[in-house]
Amino acid sequence: MSDDPKGEIHSLDLAGLRKRLEGLAGERYWRGLEELAGNDAFEELLRKEFPQQTSAWANGLDRRDFLKLMGASLALAGLGGCGRAAPPDEKIVPYVKQPEGWVPGKPLFYATAFTHNGAATGLLVRSHEGRPVKIEGNPAHPDSLGATDAFAQASILTLYDPDRSQVVSSGGAISTWNAFFTALDGEIEGQRLNGGTGLRILTEHVISPTLADQLRSILARFPRAKWHQYEPAGRDSVRAGARLAFGEYVAPQYRFDAADVIVALDADFLSCGGASLRWAREFAARRRVRGGKGEMSRLYAIESTPTTTGSVADHRLPLRPSEISLFAGALAGRLGPSANEARKSPATGSAQWLEAVARDLQNHRGRSIVIAGDAAPPFVHASAHAINQALGNVGITISYTQPVEAEPVDGIESLRELVKDIEAGQVSVLMIIGGNPVFTAPADIRFDRLLSRVAFSVHLSLYDDETSASCRWHVPEAHYLEAWSDTRASNGTATIVQPLIAPLYGGKSAHELLSAVRGQPGRPGYEIVRDYWQRQSRGDFESFWRKSLHDGVIEGTAFAAKAVKAKPVSSPESQAGNSPATNKNAETRESLEIIFRPDPTIFDGRFANNGWLQELPKPLTKITWDNAVLVSPATAERLGLTPKIGTTGGERGRVFADMVELTYAGRKIRAPAWIAPGHADGAATVYLGYGRARAGRVGTGTGFNMYTLRTADAPWQSAGLVIQKTEAQYAIACTQYHHNMEGRDLVRSAALEEYRKHPDFARDKDHPAETLYPGFQYAGYAWGMAIDTSACIGCNACVIACQAENNIPVVGKTEVTRGREMHWLRIDRYYKGDPNNPETFHQPLPCMHCEQAPCEIVCPVGATTHSDEGLNEMTYNRCVGTRYCSNNCPYKVRRFNFLQYSDFETPSLKLLHNPNVTVRSRGVMEKCTYCVQRINAARIDAEKDDRRVRDGEIRTACQAACPAEAIVFGDINDRSSNVAKLKADSLNYGLLTELNTRPRTTYLATVRNPNPDLKKT
Amino acid sequence: MAQIFHRSTNTLSRVSIFGGLGLVVALVAAAAAINRAPYLTDVRVARAQPVQFSHKHHVSDDGIDCRYCHTSVERSAFAGIPSTKICMNCHSQIWADSPMLEPIRESFRTGRSIEWTRVHNLPGFVYFDHSIHVNKGVGCATCHGRVDQMPLMSRENTLYMEWCLECHRAPERFVRPREEVFNMNWRAEDQLALGRKLVSAYKIQKLTSCSVCHH
Amino acid sequence: MANEIDKTLAAEEIAPVIEPGHTYASITDKISAIVLTRPTPRLWYLGFALSFLLVLLLLVSCTYLLVVGVGIWGINIPVAWGFAIVNFVWWIGIGHAGTLISAILLLMRQKWRQSINRFAEAMTLFAVMCAGLFPLLHLGRPWYFYWLFPYPSTMGVQPQFRSPLVWDVFAVSTYFTVSFLFWYVGLIPDLATLRDRARKRFPRFAYGMLAMGWRGSAIHWHRYETAYLLLAGLATPLVVSVHTVVSFDFTIGLVPGWHSTIFPPYFVAGAIYSGFAMVLTLAIPLRKMYGLEDFITLRHLKNMGEVMLATGMIVAYGYMMEGFTSWYSGNPFERYLMFARMRGPYHYMFWALLVFNVLIPQALWILRVRTSPLALFIIAICVNIGMWLERYVIVVVSLARDFLPSSWGMYSGTMWDYAVFTGTIGLFLTLMFVFVRLLPMISIFEMRGLLHDETEN
Repeated sequence: MSDDPKGEIHSLDLAGLRKRLEGLAGERYWRGLEELAGNDAFEELLRKEFPQQTSAWANGLDRRDFLKLMGASLALAGLGGCGRAAPPDEKIVPYVKQPEGWVPGKPLFYATAFTHNGAATGLLVRSHEGRPVKIEGNPAHPDSLGATDAFAQASILTLYDPDRSQVVSSGGAISTWNAFFTALDGEIEGQRLNGGTGLRILTEHVISPTLADQLRSILARFPRAKWHQYEPAGRDSVRAGARLAFGEYVAPQYRFDAADVIVALDADFLSCGGASLRWAREFAARRRVRGGKGEMSRLYAIESTPTTTGSVADHRLPLRPSEISLFAGALAGRLGPSANEARKSPATGSAQWLEAVARDLQNHRGRSIVIAGDAAPPFVHASAHAINQALGNVGITISYTQPVEAEPVDGIESLRELVKDIEAGQVSVLMIIGGNPVFTAPADIRFDRLLSRVAFSVHLSLYDDETSASCRWHVPEAHYLEAWSDTRASNGTATIVQPLIAPLYGGKSAHELLSAVRGQPGRPGYEIVRDYWQRQSRGDFESFWRKSLHDGVIEGTAFAAKAVKAKPVSSPESQAGNSPATNKNAETRESLEIIFRPDPTIFDGRFANNGWLQELPKPLTKITWDNAVLVSPATAERLGLTPKIGTTGGERGRVFADMVELTYAGRKIRAPAWIAPGHADGAATVYLGYGRARAGRVGTGTGFNMYTLRTADAPWQSAGLVIQKTEAQYAIACTQYHHNMEGRDLVRSAALEEYRKHPDFARDKDHPAETLYPGFQYAGYAWGMAIDTSACIGCNACVIACQAENNIPVVGKTEVTRGREMHWLRIDRYYKGDPNNPETFHQPLPCMHCEQAPCEIVCPVGATTHSDEGLNEMTYNRCVGTRYCSNNCPYKVRRFNFLQYSDFETPSLKLLHNPNVTVRSRGVMEKCTYCVQRINAARIDAEKDDRRVRDGEIRTACQAACPAEAIVFGDINDRSSNVAKLKADSLNYGLLTELNTRPRTTYLATVRNPNPDLKKT
Repeated sequence: MAQIFHRSTNTLSRVSIFGGLGLVVALVAAAAAINRAPYLTDVRVARAQPVQFSHKHHVSDDGIDCRYCHTSVERSAFAGIPSTKICMNCHSQIWADSPMLEPIRESFRTGRSIEWTRVHNLPGFVYFDHSIHVNKGVGCATCHGRVDQMPLMSRENTLYMEWCLECHRAPERFVRPREEVFNMNWRAEDQLALGRKLVSAYKIQKLTSCSVCHH
Repeated sequence: MANEIDKTLAAEEIAPVIEPGHTYASITDKISAIVLTRPTPRLWYLGFALSFLLVLLLLVSCTYLLVVGVGIWGINIPVAWGFAIVNFVWWIGIGHAGTLISAILLLMRQKWRQSINRFAEAMTLFAVMCAGLFPLLHLGRPWYFYWLFPYPSTMGVQPQFRSPLVWDVFAVSTYFTVSFLFWYVGLIPDLATLRDRARKRFPRFAYGMLAMGWRGSAIHWHRYETAYLLLAGLATPLVVSVHTVVSFDFTIGLVPGWHSTIFPPYFVAGAIYSGFAMVLTLAIPLRKMYGLEDFITLRHLKNMGEVMLATGMIVAYGYMMEGFTSWYSGNPFERYLMFARMRGPYHYMFWALLVFNVLIPQALWILRVRTSPLALFIIAICVNIGMWLERYVIVVVSLARDFLPSSWGMYSGTMWDYAVFTGTIGLFLTLMFVFVRLLPMISIFEMRGLLHDETEN
C-alpha cells in the first residue's frame, strides 16, 4: 500500500473509522462497508479484510483482480463456484476481526429501490459475502408488493457489467476525480460571480427528493442557472393530458381491483408505467375464477401495437393512433360532459364497439376505469379523465394526487429551451446528470452538434456512451446498488436507496456530483441523503432512519388524494398538439402512420448493454437482439413482405425478414419488417433504443436506431410514413416463430359463461393416465407447481428472475439463431383465430418435473434422476452430454451447453454468480430445477428446528417475481397448501398428459370475460 | 526352408494370449487402487501451515470446544475459520511472546489475514452443509477423524462421493446422539442398534437424491 | 416359380462360383501374389492417397471438435442429434454384411460366400470402427465416455442400465470383438501360407507372428473347423441383435416417428441391405483392379443383387407400415409427423430416399441388371445414399416436429458435420486399401476347398 499516496491519511483515519463501525449498532449495520462506500476509510477497511488486494484497490486496473479474489474466497467457502475441483494448495483467508452478527455462508437481504420509468420499485436484494447476487421485490412497497419486472431483475447485471465506465475522462483522455473536481471548482467559481448565467443542469425527470432538494438549493445559489429535464420515453403526454383536463398536473392513481370494466386506450398498463406491477397484481386479482363460480372484470383494449395488455384483454380492437383519438373523443362524447364530440363518428368498423363499450361502462358507473397510455396523445388522456369523472369513478377506482416528479415539466419543451440557450451561446457550463440525450434526443434537435458549443460540459453516466463522447468531461456514475439515494413510488411513498457494495469502478452518485457544485466535493452520498431526511423527520431520527432502511419504505410519505375537476375537452384538432389529424406531414394514399415505442426489453436504449435483456424474447414477437418494424399481416401483404425461415435453427432460430426503407419527415432508415398479428392496419410500430454506437461490447451495433426518425413535434405517433420493400433480407433471432397450436389442446380456454355452465371444460380433453405398474409413493414432500394462464400477462419478469437466480448464461445472437438459447423458463405464445386480430395466449414453460419423466430412463449415466420428493434432478457434474434426454423431452425444456457459454473469466461477472447454483460448463445439459437450492435451504432450516416446511416458505425465483401471482409452487402432499388447492380446481390441467408423463407442473385454463353483445371484430 | 520361429514361441504365443486378458483386469484394478491412494487423496498428508497450529494441543490438552473457533458450524453450511481475533483472545495473555505465534500477532497488528492452507476441500458442484449434519448427529470425528490427536491437521477421509454415500446410504452406521457430536472420543457400544434408534428419532432422510448435494 | 429356377440355372451357366481352369496352385499363386510379389497397381496409390487426405481432414475436425465443443455442428434444441447419430447408424448398418456373409451363409452352406467373405468381414470391422467413433465424438464431454462402462468408480455410482445407449455400448463392442475374432481366425491358415511363401525376412516374421504357429497339421485343421463353426454360431445372433439394439435408441424414445415396434426388424433388414450394397460397391472395382473376375464371378454379384432385392423389399414394407401405423394409430402427433415427412421442410429428403431405396432397386428384378457389374455398382451406390437419407429422415425430421409447436425447429449440417462424415469415409477406405495390400482379400484355402468341391461333382 506504500505506493498509495493516500496511505497516510487512511491510517490516521482508522481509529475514527473503527469507532464509527462500532457506533453502528444492530444487525443491519455491522456492514459499515456500504455506508463507507466511496469513503477513503473504506479502502483501509478493505486492506484489513483483503490484505493481498491493498495495492490492487489503489489503481483501477487491478480492481478486477480484487473482485476475482472475492469470487475465489467464495469458492473457498465450499459454497459453489465454477464446478472445477479446487487446486490442492488453495488458501483460506479468514477475517482478522469477523464482523459481529454475521454468519459466514448465510445470505443477507437489504431493502433498497430501483427507479425506472418515472417511479420506484421497492426491492430486497440478497447479498452473499458482500456481493449482491439476486433481486427480489419488497412486499412492503406499494409499487412492488413483492414482485419485480424484468428491468429490475436485470439491473443487477448492469451493476457487474465489465463495460461500465471505469474512469473519469476528459476529452477522451483518462483523467482523475481530483482533476475533475479542480476543473469543476474553477468553472463554478466563475459562475458564482455572474449568478450562474451560463450554468445549465440537464437531468432526467427527477423524483428523488434529495436530488430535487440539492438542485433547488443550487438554483438558489445560482439564481440565473437553469435546470432542464428530458427523458426520451418520459410521460410528457400524461402530464399534458392532465393539464388539459384539470389545468394542473396531477397524477392519476388507479385501483384495478375495484374496477369491473376497464377500457385501455392505447395503454399497456400491465407492463408500462410506474405502478404496472401493482396494477398487474390488482388486475389479476379480479381475473381469478375458481370452482365454476366467481366474477371477473372485463378489459377492452383499443391499441395500435400488440401489447401484453392487449394480449390478455377480453376484447381487443386494433386501431390506428388517429382512430384511437377519434374513438376516445367519441366515447367521451357519449359518456362525458364534453361538448361537441357526441356526433363525431368514430373510426370505421368500431361503431359497434363504441356502442358496446359505452353501454358496458354505463352499466358499471363508479366501478370502471378508462385509462390512456403513457404514449397516447394528451387529448386521449383528457377524454379518459373526463369519462372517468362522468362515470363517477373518481374517488372509487381513480384518485388524483400530486405528481412524483419533483418539478414536472414537459421534457421536450425543456430540452428545446436548453437548445435555444446553447444556440444563443448563453451556456458555458452544462452538467448532464444521467441519461443519454445525444442518442435519445429527437432527430430534429441535433443535440450532439450543439454540445461542442458548450465550453465546459460534463456527463455523469454508467457508461461512456454517445453523450459522454461529445462532452468535455465524462465521469462514471455509481450504480444504484452502489450508492445512497432516495426515490418515490408512483403514489409518493419514499424509499431510501441503500447500496449493497462499494462502487466497483469508483463511480460517484448524482448527489455526490451536485454536492460538488454546491462547493462540497467529496461529501459522501450517505451524509447527503441522511442529512436531507434528518431535516424532514421529526422525532427520534435514528429510529426513523433505521426503520426506513429496514422496511424499505418511509412511513407516511404517500401523497394524499387531491380533489380536481375535469374540464370538458374539445376536439383533438384544437387541443391535442400532436394528434395525427393535425400533423403537418402530408398524408398520401400509401402512407402509413408511424408509432414510436420504447423497446419492451431494452427500453429507451439504457439497457442496450444488458445481455439478459438483449436476449430476452420480446413478449409477443419473440425477437431477441434486434428491433424490427412491426406491421399487420394485411399491410405486410400490401408491401409484399415474404419472410423466410432459415434451415439452421428454423422456427426457433433464424428468420429472414425483408429489409424495408422507412421514409418519414424527410428522413430515411432501413430496417427489417416483422409481421405482427393483431397490429393495426395502415400503421407501423418502430421500437426505440437499438442501434447504439457506444453501448458496450454487448449492445453496440445491435438493431436499428429509430431515434433518427423521431421528431420533437410527434414523439409517439404521426402520419406520413412511407415504407418501401427492398430486396435485402435480414436474419432475425426469433425464439418462437411458429404460433399455431396445430389443433393440439395445449392452451385451453373458455369464455366466462361457458365456464360457469361447464366448469371442467379444461379436463374433458384430459386423457386418463393409466399404467400397469404401481406408482411410487411420495411419503414426504411432493413439490409441484400450478401456473394460472388467465393471470399470466407474458411480461417476462419470471424469465429474467430465473436467469438471475440460476446463473443462466447469455449465448448471443448467433447462438440464438441456431436455436440454442438457454432460458430454463420460456413463455410460449400462441395465437387463435383471425391473424388480423387474433386471441393471444401466454404459457410459461418451466420443467414439468414429470413423475414418469421420459428424460430419466434414457440417460446412460444417470445424470438426470428422480428425487423422492418428485423433483426431476439434473446432476451437471455427472452429465456426459448425450443430449438424449432433451430429444426425449416432449416439452423441450432442456437446454444444452453446446459451447462454453458460462463466463468463467470475467471477474466482475463471477461476482454475479449465485453461489448456491453450479455454473455449468461446456457439454452438459441443464434445465429448470424448481430452484432446488431454495428447497434445500428451506428444508435444512425446517429440519434443524424439527418442523415441516411451511406453505409459501419456498418461493421459486419465477414465482417470487411474478406480478400477477400466476405461478404457485409448493407441497402437493399438503392438502391445505395453496398449490394443492389450485391443482384440485376444475380449471387445472396437465400438458400432454396423454403421454402419461404425469407432469408436476400443471396449468389453470384461461377464462376470459367477453361482452356477450359484442361479437369479435 | 528353415523355420524362423523356434518351438518355444508356441508357448510364448499361448502365454501372451491369456496373459493379455489378465493384464487388462490388472490395469483396471491398479487404476482403481491408485485413485484411492493417499498419493491422490491426501489422506493423512499433513499440510504446511503459516502457524504450526496443533489441534491435538488445543483440543485434548486445553479442552477447547470445536465451536469456540469454528463458530458457524451449527448455523451455516460453512463451519467458519477462526479470525485472528479469536486466536488473540487467549494468546494476548498466554504465550504472548512465543516466536511461534509471531504470525498471529503480526496479522493482528497489521490487519493482514493469516493465509491457512485448506485441508478439506470439496469441488464446486458439491453443496455440503455443516449445520444440518451436526444437527442430525454426525460427529465431527466421523468425517474429520480424531482431530484431537492430530498435531498437524490432515485429511482423514478421501471425501470421494463413494465415501459420502457410505453414510448417506446407511446413516445408522455412523450417527450419534446430538449431544455427543463434538465429543472426540465418543464410542457407541452397539452402533447399529443406537443408529437405527437415532435415525428414526432424528427423522434422518433425503439422503441419496442427487439434488441433496448437487444443484 | 418355374422361370425363377430357369433363371438361376441360366445364372449358373452365366457364371460358376469359380471360373474353370484353376488348379490349387494357381489359386494360391494368384491370391498371394497380390500381397507378396505383384507390383502394387497405380490405382492403389492414387486411391490410398486420396482417402488418406480425408483421414487428415478427420483428424483436423476431431481436434477442433474436442477443443471447441459439439457446438461446431448444426445440432440445437429441439434437434439435438444430427449427423453424428445418422452416420453412426449408417456405418453400423454397413457393418452387417460381413458377419452375415461369413456366419449365416456359412451355416447355410452357401458356396458362393467363399470368395467374398474375407473382405466383407474386413469391411465390417472398418465400418464398425467408423461407427464407433461417432457415439464418442457426439458426447458433450467425450473425455468422460468411460462413465458408460461399469467400473469401480470412486463416485459409487454405475451406468444406468435402462438406457439404450448403455445397451449400445455392449452390443457394438461385443459385435466388434466377435467379428474381429471371426475374421482373424479365418485368416490364420492364409497367414501361414503367406509366411511360407514370403521371400524377405520381415514379412515372414510378421506373417509368422500372426499365423501363431499354424502348421496345417490335421489336428490344427480339426480345431480350426470347430472354432470357426462355434464363432459362426456366436456371430449369427449378433447380426440380428446389434441393429435391433441400435433401433432401440429410437424406439425407446417417445418422439413421434421413433416410438415404433416395426423398427428392430426393419433396421436389421436395412442394415443388411446397406451392407450388401457396400460389399458390391467395393467388390466390383476390386475385381476389376486386381483382375479377380474368375474368383468373384457374376454369380456372386447376381446373388448379392438378389439379397439386396429381398432386403430392399423388407425395408420398403417397413416404410409402408410406418405410414400405415401412423395413420391407423389415430395419434395426432404420429400423423402430423408423417405429414411433415412428406410435405414438411425436409420433404425432398423423404422422397429422395424412397427413390433411392425403393424405386431404383426394383431394376434388380431384371436378370440383365443383376448380372451387369456397372448397373449393380450404380444401384449399390444409390442404396448407400438412400440408407443414409433414411437415417437422416428418422433422426432429424422426427425431432424437428415433435409435440409442442412452440419448440419446433430445424437442423442442417455445418461444414464440420460434413468434414467428420467424409473423414470417416476416408478412414474406412484407407483401412480397406491397407487391408487389400497386406492381407489376402480372398480366402485362399477356402477357394481351394471350393475348387475341390467343384471338381468333385
